[in-house]
Amino acid sequence: MAEKKKRKVPNLNSSSMADVSFLLLTFFLMTSSMDTDSGLARQLPPPPQSEEQLKMDIQRRNLMVVLVNYQNQIMVRTQAGDEWYNNIAEMEGRGGKVPLKEKVKEFVLNPNNRPDLPELIEKDFGPPIGKVLVTADSHVISLQNDATTSYKAYIAVQNELVKAYNELREEAARKYFGKSYKELLPEQQEQIKNMYPQRISEAEPKDYKLGGEK
Amino acid sequence: MGKFSKSADTRSVPELNTASMPDLVFAILFFFMVTVSMRSETLIVKHTLPTASEVQKLERKSLVTYINIGIPLDPRLGTGTRMQLNDKFAEITDIQEYIAQEREKLSEADRQFMTVSIKADENTKMKYISDVKQALRKAYALKISYSARKGEN
Repeated sequence: MAEKKKRKVPNLNSSSMADVSFLLLTFFLMTSSMDTDSGLARQLPPPPQSEEQLKMDIQRRNLMVVLVNYQNQIMVRTQAGDEWYNNIAEMEGRGGKVPLKEKVKEFVLNPNNRPDLPELIEKDFGPPIGKVLVTADSHVISLQNDATTSYKAYIAVQNELVKAYNELREEAARKYFGKSYKELLPEQQEQIKNMYPQRISEAEPKDYKLGGEK
Repeated sequence: MGKFSKSADTRSVPELNTASMPDLVFAILFFFMVTVSMRSETLIVKHTLPTASEVQKLERKSLVTYINIGIPLDPRLGTGTRMQLNDKFAEITDIQEYIAQEREKLSEADRQFMTVSIKADENTKMKYISDVKQALRKAYALKISYSARKGEN
């Protein structure tokens, strides 16, 4: 009793713990895919209920037709004029022509209030933007394709259209909030989005009817 | 000389304590478990996604339904464009049923947010994509996403 013998707790040998957890780690590394899916989001129109709904009635000035043909050539038609791109590189502005993006931006903005570009309608977007003349409710971009157009070209054109809208939104964000679009609060982003909504119609060529050509 | 041997005896390299090693590895493990999603289906078609610079990430993976379009991996099945739904080949007419099935799996509140991600090979003809789109419209799966890799075209 005078000298209490120290009871020794045996050490748990945990050196293999690292091995086990490494094994688990490698298993998860192998079976998982890091890449998250990303893509261009689109909203399809609901299926037509009747024959009446197939026809869209749009003024000629409000309509931009982007046609991608079977050779992946691109034609852009607005009332203000036509443009023709022989391939995707040319559409992106690498062939000396005005890129599609700039065409779209001019079409959506109609900065000089030209009568052959979309109608400007005054609309209130709430503070601090206030009432602005925009084409938010009038303009339509109709994207059409042939049966044998390649998906690659189609996506490239879609991408170019989205890029035009993104740049417009970025410019508006800088103008009204003095910040980049990404840095804005969700409700501020919503305001900007309402100014430049993506109005891209992907209607089937056969469902499609030009309103102004009656 | 005796001095040398003495000092060599007393000097010993301190042992490296590896007790925290499992903790570290577990931390990495949990990181991967949380950030990563298990490979859910094996592809039987091969596709090279087109590239686009303006892609957005799909936010909630549980709400995303995939449609894979491409050339069969098995060369015996030819080089025509085929569609894969749920680990097997399918035709355009099967889409409606597939969407209905997938929609059933989601909770009532989430159904309106269901997104269909079209993962198609960049050389697919648009006729096929248009047909798929029409089928999706009929199935009221109106939120779609054209899957693309991020990068310059």
